[in-house]
Amino acid sequence: MTSPTTPVLSGRGLTKVYGEGPSAVHALRGVDIDLNRGELMVLLGPSGSGKSTLLNILGGLDAATDGRLLLDGEELPGHDDDALTRYRRDSVGFVFQFYNLMASLTAEENVALVTEIADDPLSPADALDIVGLGDRRRHFPAELSGGEQQRVAIARAIAKRPRILLCDEPTGALDIKTGVLVLEAIERVNRELGASTALITHNMAIAGLADRVVSMADGRIVETRANAERLAPADISW
Amino acid sequence: MSPLNRKLLRDLWRLRGQVLSVALVVASGVALLVMSLSAVSSLRATTDAYYDRYGFADAFAAVKRAPERLAARIRAIPGVQAVETRVGAFAIVDIPGMAAPATAQLLSLPDRGPPTLNRLAMKSGRLPAPGRDDEAVALARFAEAHGLGVGDEVVVLLNGARRNVRLVGLALSPEFVYAMGPGALIPDERSFGVLWMGRKALAAAYDLDGAFNSVALTFSHDARPAEAVDRLDRLLDRYGGAGAFLRADQTSNWFLMNELEQLKTMATVLPAIFLAAAAFLTNTVLARLIDIERRDISLMKAFGYRNVEIGLHYSLLAMAMTAVGVLIGWGVGLALGRYNTEVYATLFTFPFLTFRPAAGEFVISAGVSLAAALAGAIFAVRRAVSVKPADAMRPPLPVRYGDGVLPKRLTGHLDHPTRIVLRQLVRAPLRALITVVGVALAVGVLVMAMQWRGAIEHLATAFFEDAQHHNITVGFYEPRPMSARFDLARLPGVLAVEPTRAVSADLIAGVRKHRGGLSGVPAEPPLNAIHDARGWTYPTPAGGVVLSDVLATKLGLGVGDEVTAKVLAGARPTLKLPVVGLVETYIGAPAYVDLGILNRTLGDGRVFDSANLLVDPEATPALFAELKATPGVAAVTVKARALLKLHETLGETVLIFTSFFVVFSGALAIGVTYNATRVALSERGRELATLRVLGFRRSEISYILLAESALLTLLALPLGCLAGYGLVWLLVESFATELFRVPFAITPDAYAYAVLTTVAAAAIAAMLTRRRLQDLDMVAVLKTRE
Repeated sequence: MTSPTTPVLSGRGLTKVYGEGPSAVHALRGVDIDLNRGELMVLLGPSGSGKSTLLNILGGLDAATDGRLLLDGEELPGHDDDALTRYRRDSVGFVFQFYNLMASLTAEENVALVTEIADDPLSPADALDIVGLGDRRRHFPAELSGGEQQRVAIARAIAKRPRILLCDEPTGALDIKTGVLVLEAIERVNRELGASTALITHNMAIAGLADRVVSMADGRIVETRANAERLAPADISW
Repeated sequence: MSPLNRKLLRDLWRLRGQVLSVALVVASGVALLVMSLSAVSSLRATTDAYYDRYGFADAFAAVKRAPERLAARIRAIPGVQAVETRVGAFAIVDIPGMAAPATAQLLSLPDRGPPTLNRLAMKSGRLPAPGRDDEAVALARFAEAHGLGVGDEVVVLLNGARRNVRLVGLALSPEFVYAMGPGALIPDERSFGVLWMGRKALAAAYDLDGAFNSVALTFSHDARPAEAVDRLDRLLDRYGGAGAFLRADQTSNWFLMNELEQLKTMATVLPAIFLAAAAFLTNTVLARLIDIERRDISLMKAFGYRNVEIGLHYSLLAMAMTAVGVLIGWGVGLALGRYNTEVYATLFTFPFLTFRPAAGEFVISAGVSLAAALAGAIFAVRRAVSVKPADAMRPPLPVRYGDGVLPKRLTGHLDHPTRIVLRQLVRAPLRALITVVGVALAVGVLVMAMQWRGAIEHLATAFFEDAQHHNITVGFYEPRPMSARFDLARLPGVLAVEPTRAVSADLIAGVRKHRGGLSGVPAEPPLNAIHDARGWTYPTPAGGVVLSDVLATKLGLGVGDEVTAKVLAGARPTLKLPVVGLVETYIGAPAYVDLGILNRTLGDGRVFDSANLLVDPEATPALFAELKATPGVAAVTVKARALLKLHETLGETVLIFTSFFVVFSGALAIGVTYNATRVALSERGRELATLRVLGFRRSEISYILLAESALLTLLALPLGCLAGYGLVWLLVESFATELFRVPFAITPDAYAYAVLTTVAAAAIAAMLTRRRLQDLDMVAVLKTRE
C-alpha cells in the first residue's frame, strides 16, 4: 500500500495553555501536524506528553489557545461551539477508551443515533457488519462483552463515513485477545472506507499498525517516522 | 473536625442546588405550619385575653319582656356567677351623607358605671352620662367608616321616633369582634354598627321600664352550662324567651372560632403534603449520591468504618438539608404568621393584638420535618450500609436495559433520543412516580388555592342572585299586620312586596335537637320561592316543612319523617310537622313553612316581621328617605351593598391567600422538577457529553435531558387536577358548618391557572438545569471510566 501524502487535517503552531501567570501549564507548545488522506497515524507518548490535548483539538472538542486548524487546507470557519459541533458532526468519528455507549439503546440503535444526524451514512447494519457484529445488533450494551462494546463504538464512529477517525486508547481497557479484534476493526475501516485515522496509545506494539508514528513529549512532537510496512493486527502482541 | 463531617459540609456545598430545592419544599411546609399555627395561637391568646379582660359572657338569651326582678332568680341558677340584664333592639340610623339607612344594634348600658359583663374597650371618649337619653357610644369601626368621631351626631329611629343622638365615645366590644348585620355574609362596617345608650333611654323608647329583653351571664368553673341554659330557658319561657344559647353559638364568637378551626385544618392537611414531598425528594437526592459514592463507601468500609458511622453520615446529610429548610421555613412562617394575624385583625376587631407564636409551633414543625426527612432517607441509607468493601475493587455492574416493557412496535416508530428517554423512565419507575406525584401535588394545592375565589363567587351568586329576587329587605321591630304590606307597596319605586316572618324554635327529632327557627314564606311568593342551591325552586309547602339538607342530616330526618317544632314566640305552640321536602343551601340551616299556617298556629293574627322589596333602582334615594321616617323599621338591608362588600373583602383576602400558595406550590413544583432533572443529569452526564462529542447540538441533548421532565410534568397535570379535586372536596367537607358551606365548585379557570403556574415552575427548573449543560466536560468523557 502506498503512503498517501495529501493532508486532510493539519494543525499549525497549535498551542494550548491551561491557567494563567506563573501557574500556567503548557500542554501543547506550538505543534505542527498533518493527518494525510487515508493514512493510519499512531500518536505515541507517555502520560502528560500532550497527545490527548492534541487529539481533542484535532477533533474539535477543545479550542487551541493559539495556532490554526486546517481541513483540506482551509481554516475551520470558527472556533465557537456551533462551528465545532458542525465540524464534529460532519467530519469526525470518535472511539473512546471506555466505549461510552448509550446503555438504554441496542447496538444497532447506538449506531443509528449517529446515522440519524448524518448526511450520507452507512446503514447501521452495514456498519455493524464491518466490525463483525451483524448478529449482535439487537443486544443492549449490558449484554455485550467489553470488546464487543468497543466494536459497536467503532461502528458508531464510522457509520457516518467520517473523513477523520480519532481513537483515544481504544484497547486500553481490553485484554490482548479482544484488543486485537478491535484493532482489526479499526484497520479494516481505515482500509475499506478510507477514513484518515489517528490513534492514541502508549502501547509501543500498536505502532506497528501505522503508516506513520508520531511521538510526543512535553507538549512537542519529538519524532515522526514512517513504517516501511504496516503490520496486521494479528501479527502484533503485547 | 472529623474528615467525615468535613465531607458532609463539602457535600452540602457541592450539592447546593439540590439541597436548596429540597430545603425550599421543606421550608414551604414548615412556613405553612408555622404561619397557620402562630396565627392560631396569637389569635387564640388575643381572644382569650380580650374575653377575659372585658368580661365576655358565657351565655346569652333574648326574651320579649321579662321583669327586672327575674334577674335575682337567674342569678340563683346553680353555676351562674354574674348576670347582666339589658335592653336591646335593632334600629335604623340616619347618617349625614349616606343615602341608605344604616342598621344599628342598640344595647343598653347600666345607668351608673360600666357594665359587669361585655365591658366596652373604650377607644376614645366616655360612657353616656347618667340620665342622658341623647348620648351614645358607637362601635368604633362603624363610626370611623362614616368619618364620625366623638361629638358628632346621628339620627336614630328609636322605635319609630327620630332622635338626635350625640356620640360621646367610640368603643370595641368582645361581643362584636366580628360585627355582622342581618342578611350579610361578612361584616360591613358602613351598613351595620352598634350603639350603646343608657338603660333608661332605651327602656323608655321600647316600653321596657323595669324590664329587660336581653340577658347575659357567666358561669363559675364548676357549672354545668347546658343544664344552666335549660333552667334559664324555663325561667324565661313565660316571658317570651326566644331560647338561650352558649358563647359557642354567639355569632361573633362563632365566626372567630370557626376561622381558628379552619386555620388548624390548614395547618394539618397542607404542610403534610409538602413534607411528604420533601421526604421523597430527600430520598432521590441521597439515593443518587450514594450511587455515585459507592466506591467511597466501600473504601471507607475497607478502612474499618462501621455501618452505623456510614449510616449516620448520610442521615446527617438528610437532616442538614432539612434543617436548612426548617430555618428558612421558621423565618418565612413567622413573617407570614405575623402578616396573616394582622390581616385577621382587619376582619376581626380587637383592642390589642398579641402576636405570640408558641414554642410548640417551632418544635412541631422541626420535629415533623426531620422525621419526614429521616423516613425519606432510610431506604437510601440502607443501600449505603449494604455496600460491600470488595465493591471498591470492581466496576459497577452495567445498567441493564431491556425492551420488555416498551414493545418494539412502539419504540420502532420513535427517534433514538426519544427511545433513550422512554427506556430511562421504564428503568427507574419509582423515581418517575415520585416526580409525577410531587408535581401533581403542586397542581393540586394550586387548584385548591385558585378555586377559592370561584367557589365564593358561586356561593354569592347562589345566595344573592339565584335565590333572591328582591333588592332591599326591611325588618320590623314588632310584627306588623298583613295590611302594612300595602303601605310598603306605596313607597317610592317599590314594584313588589313579599312579607315573611321568622320565629325562633327548637326543632326536635327523637333525641336530636336543633335550636334554630322557622321561616314563614307566603303560599305564592312573588319574589323568593324556596331555592335549592342546585338551581331549582320548591313550592311553599301547604302544611309541613321543607328542611335544608344540613338540618335534615343533623336531625337524622328524611322526606316523610316528622319533626317537632317548639316555637319560642307567640302562643309558643309545639307543632308536629311532616318533612315534605329537602333543599340544599349554602347559608344557614333554614326550615321553611307556609306563612299563613305559621300565623294561624301562633295565634297572633296575620302578621309579618320582615319584607323583601323589589325596587326600581332609580327610586332608591326617595325610598331610603321614606324608610328613614317609617315607624317600626328596625333594619334595612341593601343587597347590592352586601354583594359589593363581599367582593371587596374577597378581592383583598383571597388574593393574599392565593399568592401565598402560588409561591409555595411553585417552590414544590420547582423543587421536584429541578431535582429530577439534576439527578438525570448526574446519571446521564456522561452519555450527554458523549453525544456532544459525536456531534449532537446542545439543543438536541437538552431534549434528551428535559423531555423526561416534560413528559412527567405532562402526566402529572391531569393527576394534579384530580388531586386538587380531592383536596378541595376534603377542605369543603372539613369547613362545612351549620352556618355556611363553601360550595364544591371548581371553575375551569382554577384548573387552567394551576396548570399554567405549574408548567411555568417546571420550565424554570428545566432552565436552571439546562444551564449546567454548558459545563459538560466532553474531554473528561474520553478519559474516565464511569
